[in-house]
Amino acid sequence: MNAIEILGLEKIYNAGFWRKRSKRALRPLTLAVDDGEIFGFLGPNGAGKTTTLKILMGLVFPTAGTARILGMELDDPRMKAQIGFLPEQPYFYDHLTARELLKYYGQLSGVDPKQLSRKVDAALEQVKLSNSANLQLRKFSKGMLQRAGIAQAILHDPKVVFLDEPMSGLDPMGRREVRNLIEDLKANGKTVFFSTHILSDAEALCDRVAIINQGELRGIGAVPELTASVHGKVEIVWQGAAVPTGIRSMGAQCHSAGDTTRLILPEENQDTALEALRRERLRLISVVPVRTSLEDYFVAQLGTAAKSEVVSSELVTDGHNRLSKQ
Amino acid sequence: MNNRILHIATNTFREAVRDRVLYNLIAFALLMSAAAVLVGQISIQIEKLVVINLGLTAVSLFGIVIAIFIGIGLVSKEIDKRTLYTVLSRPVRRWEFIAGKFFGLAGTLVVNTIFMGIGVFAALAYVSHHFESSDFGILVALYFIILQFVVITALALLFSSFSTPIFAPIFAFWLFVIGNFAQDLRTFAAMAHGTTRVLATAAAYLVPNFSALNVISQVAHGEPVPHRLILLNTAYVLVYSAAVLSGAVMIFERRNLK
Repeated sequence: MNAIEILGLEKIYNAGFWRKRSKRALRPLTLAVDDGEIFGFLGPNGAGKTTTLKILMGLVFPTAGTARILGMELDDPRMKAQIGFLPEQPYFYDHLTARELLKYYGQLSGVDPKQLSRKVDAALEQVKLSNSANLQLRKFSKGMLQRAGIAQAILHDPKVVFLDEPMSGLDPMGRREVRNLIEDLKANGKTVFFSTHILSDAEALCDRVAIINQGELRGIGAVPELTASVHGKVEIVWQGAAVPTGIRSMGAQCHSAGDTTRLILPEENQDTALEALRRERLRLISVVPVRTSLEDYFVAQLGTAAKSEVVSSELVTDGHNRLSKQ
Repeated sequence: MNNRILHIATNTFREAVRDRVLYNLIAFALLMSAAAVLVGQISIQIEKLVVINLGLTAVSLFGIVIAIFIGIGLVSKEIDKRTLYTVLSRPVRRWEFIAGKFFGLAGTLVVNTIFMGIGVFAALAYVSHHFESSDFGILVALYFIILQFVVITALALLFSSFSTPIFAPIFAFWLFVIGNFAQDLRTFAAMAHGTTRVLATAAAYLVPNFSALNVISQVAHGEPVPHRLILLNTAYVLVYSAAVLSGAVMIFERRNLK
């Protein structure tokens, strides 16, 4: 069964008071998310990820197309009682404490009043905010707000959880905890739909991903299926520092270290390179296929311009380290 | 009232209290204390008239300012800060959100007015040392002031649902001023001819009739307020506010929360 069905969803925004200008945020988008899967919705900033999520949450109305969640229409309150949503860079009623906020959201979600306190405590515990439960949210850091946001999204035990950039604002430990939490949700039979521009998170977590750019779906499938479609690379290592001229002419880069030389080149040039090594009578040490990452697929689909707007885990970690040093 | 409206109203009330909106009561208490002491020293026989006039006018102005400035932020602030996203993604209908916000602010203003009303009676007791039966007309005047707040809160919500936080208070304030001259506008409409008469009549009935809700001077002079007026004003405010709130809901139901 499909937990989420999106059928030809399209959004055109009209801006300007006197001179109307229209901006197409979403071209007809069609995709389905299976029950119980972790689905990653990837794309650079401004790709249409948040617009899609806002339409699914009933915050923005589509220009055309339709969508169903758990087989129900988007304005059906029965469906809304069974979903959780974390907006991008969440901001909450800062006059409330974390416990009061969750209690309020639990009441709005129709949680049984007898179970409300227990569920609030469990959610706070799950995001490690129990010690700050009675602190007003105006005193929370960005990372703590993100945790409170995740807590309110899972508080009422929803069947489908939508997370818009859930790792945003979290330090490396926080990101790991959120990854574990998403895996726990899946283990408990929940469907998780999350948007991100951090490709390593999607690669580590998702059963399937969709890539969107300029409001258009550019690819969808399981990560191994998608990466298999990208022409692979191989790493060849041989003894000695000599590099045959045939290899140099391929434009591949070689790195010599000590008594070995290492070369990475496209798979289709592998036979030519090995032939060149044989001709020069160089001693071959290894030929290993290089794993194609989601980032390679992303670049192949969207180009390097889009790549600059997505980040790998190393950059995120590095950025956090630099920030913490400041 | 359904539970979701009640929860939203309670949260709105709590927000107003924690944002120190009720601190205006301190300013009001200081004003009434000063007025009672000064009036007791400078006027003869008209202490009651001055205290009732000044007290009820202050109750009205303090409340109007709160209704306009908090009312216009009720929806626009939630959109700007995106706090609305996590509310409307739950089983909360947009009309329930508007209704909850309305009752929350109206409740805040009622509590505020009750405390201010106690202040007016305290000042009155200080200057006249005893109450007369006509003094209880102050309660009717306070009730009418609350009815004014109900209309202003509904209007502020309407403007908040489509306008910016800069224009919305200006619209609301001007409607309050024009509404206080609604009776004069109706008299003018009756005397006018042709298109002017049609336009003036339409405007006179479109703006809220705050002049009918103002009995401060009457009460200060100890004149009774007819029961019929209480009933008619109550019915008028219920119908007018319901119509304005329906407009706010219709606009908000179609609004994209970008």
